[in-house]
Amino acid sequence: MNTGGWIIMLLSVGTVSTLFAWCIYKVLSTPGESEHLHGFEIETPDEKADKESK
Amino acid sequence: MGTAVKESWNSRLGVILAVSGSAVGLGNFLRFPGQVAQYGGGAFMVAYFISFLLIGLPICWAEWSMGRYGGERGFHTSVGIFNAITKHPLGKYMGVIGIVIPISVYMYYVVIEAWCLGYSVNYLAGRMNFEGASGAGAFFAQFTGIGANGSGLGFGGISQVGFFLLLCFGLNFYLIYRGLSRGIEIFCKYAMPALVILAVVILIRVLTIGTPDPTQPQNSINAGLGFMWNPNKVVLVESTTDVATGEVSLSEKPIFGKAFIEEAEAAAATNPNLEIKRIGIVKQLKNPQLWLAAAGQIFFSLSVGFGIIMTYASYLSKQDDVILSGLAACSANEFCEVALGGLITIPAAVAFLGAAGAVGGTFALGFNVLPMVFDSMPAGGLFGFIFFFLLFLAAVTSSLSMLQPGIAFLESALDINRRQSVAILGFITGMGTLVVVYFSADLKALDTMDFWIGTFLIYIMATIQIIIFAWVMGIPKGFEEASHGSTISIPRIFGPVMKYITPVFLLTIFFFWASENVFGYNLITGESGSTGYGRELFGENPSQVAWLTVSVILLLTGFVYLIVNSSAYFRKNSHKSATEEVKL
Repeated sequence: MNTGGWIIMLLSVGTVSTLFAWCIYKVLSTPGESEHLHGFEIETPDEKADKESK
Repeated sequence: MGTAVKESWNSRLGVILAVSGSAVGLGNFLRFPGQVAQYGGGAFMVAYFISFLLIGLPICWAEWSMGRYGGERGFHTSVGIFNAITKHPLGKYMGVIGIVIPISVYMYYVVIEAWCLGYSVNYLAGRMNFEGASGAGAFFAQFTGIGANGSGLGFGGISQVGFFLLLCFGLNFYLIYRGLSRGIEIFCKYAMPALVILAVVILIRVLTIGTPDPTQPQNSINAGLGFMWNPNKVVLVESTTDVATGEVSLSEKPIFGKAFIEEAEAAAATNPNLEIKRIGIVKQLKNPQLWLAAAGQIFFSLSVGFGIIMTYASYLSKQDDVILSGLAACSANEFCEVALGGLITIPAAVAFLGAAGAVGGTFALGFNVLPMVFDSMPAGGLFGFIFFFLLFLAAVTSSLSMLQPGIAFLESALDINRRQSVAILGFITGMGTLVVVYFSADLKALDTMDFWIGTFLIYIMATIQIIIFAWVMGIPKGFEEASHGSTISIPRIFGPVMKYITPVFLLTIFFFWASENVFGYNLITGESGSTGYGRELFGENPSQVAWLTVSVILLLTGFVYLIVNSSAYFRKNSHKSATEEVKL
């Protein structure tokens, strides 16, 4: 691989890796991420429906 | 609403992993590296990143925003979401495409998923020892039934695909039955990190290969990386003259490495039949085919235009972020594609088989070339198992996502519960898959379905999506809708991009692509080929299998259309009360 190839590869891989890392950091560092959005489903939808109909 | 129970995501990371899982698939590890190598590393990446900004991100943000907008009004599929946005009956009929696409894609994608699982199990069982290219090709032909119709669906142990297909079908429907957060989200939360870890293991192995055969120093990992990423290509052109006819034919061979280029230059200086051709990055960028390929890769890789992202986003509430989530899902897909897929497949193939061996389409590269690479590699059985299991995980996270729009559609339109919706969708997809796997000669049914659904209809759907977002909903309202609960904002420059550039770019690509692939006429080169998917249906010798496959698609479209037309659920623009609507 020549110098141009190294530059292209490092730029491409570096750009997507940095973007990915930044997004993950931003998502995880946002307050409230660890909280459930709507509450965790502990039953399948049908189990829930069956329970409600009883 | 009767028996169908409202579903939801459990966490933001969960929905991001589910969406990125939907996008990460075989294309990241097999199609992308082949495209980069074919069109020249540097030039292709320039066009690729520009396409990402002009097509990928805009449609992705539009899908996330429209999905959440529709979900707030009680709709979880493109039918209801388009209906809610356009407030016109035409909207729900255009949305039918968003149901047909994922269900149809599932019908053949699950077959490929079964191949991946089958290959990984066969590697684990130590049955993948080939003697040359013909051995790998013969195994693929036998496993997939590419030789004759009906030979693909066998249940004779692990050397046939039938057992694996049933296993994949069962796994997908079991997870979808468990619901959004307990099925898709939990699976993706484990599968996606596992997929990245497996890819990193393979990557480390590949990058430490060096020069496997010292007697062939031109075949090394360094040459493989150069084959993919070097911006300037050096090609040795050899002209041979047929003594009898006097015809001159040219053959091109890519050359890598300073020593080999000097050697070729020396040979060309003494031999008039040899010529060295250098193709620079600017010259490559002037090739319209390169732009078509780069835009197409971005488009299909991000899974935009399937209608799946809209369904996933519809389970979010107004307080949940969509802009950062969309960007995060895209970046996860790009990371898997460029940083992992881009460094594994082609470099490994060049290191073991040379530049000539590292060519071919997605299936040829994945199921013929790579098994030969693993065959030549120390502990190749283990790495073969890891690689195909990685592809299997990537395929499951994608196929799962294809079922959710169908499930959501059936439950809301027919007011049925999960057991019933799973049974109906299982029957429909099962019948379609049977057609795909039975008509396996030359993979005709699979190829036809992939073309008309996995490419043609997706272009149409993506164009509809961006036009509805930018022109019907409008950029100001669309951006305001997207900004609710968001951690970051969409840069203002994307306003005109989404309104003008994305639709024009998309339609231009579609026009050129359809001309070549549907009608068999290349608008750029002016060449008219004898093939074309349109000619298979309406040409002099129409293909019966192509017609049968298209009939399956039309039957499904008719079924969905009838439900949409008769269901009272889609007659309203919103299922929220007037007070709730005002608050929204």
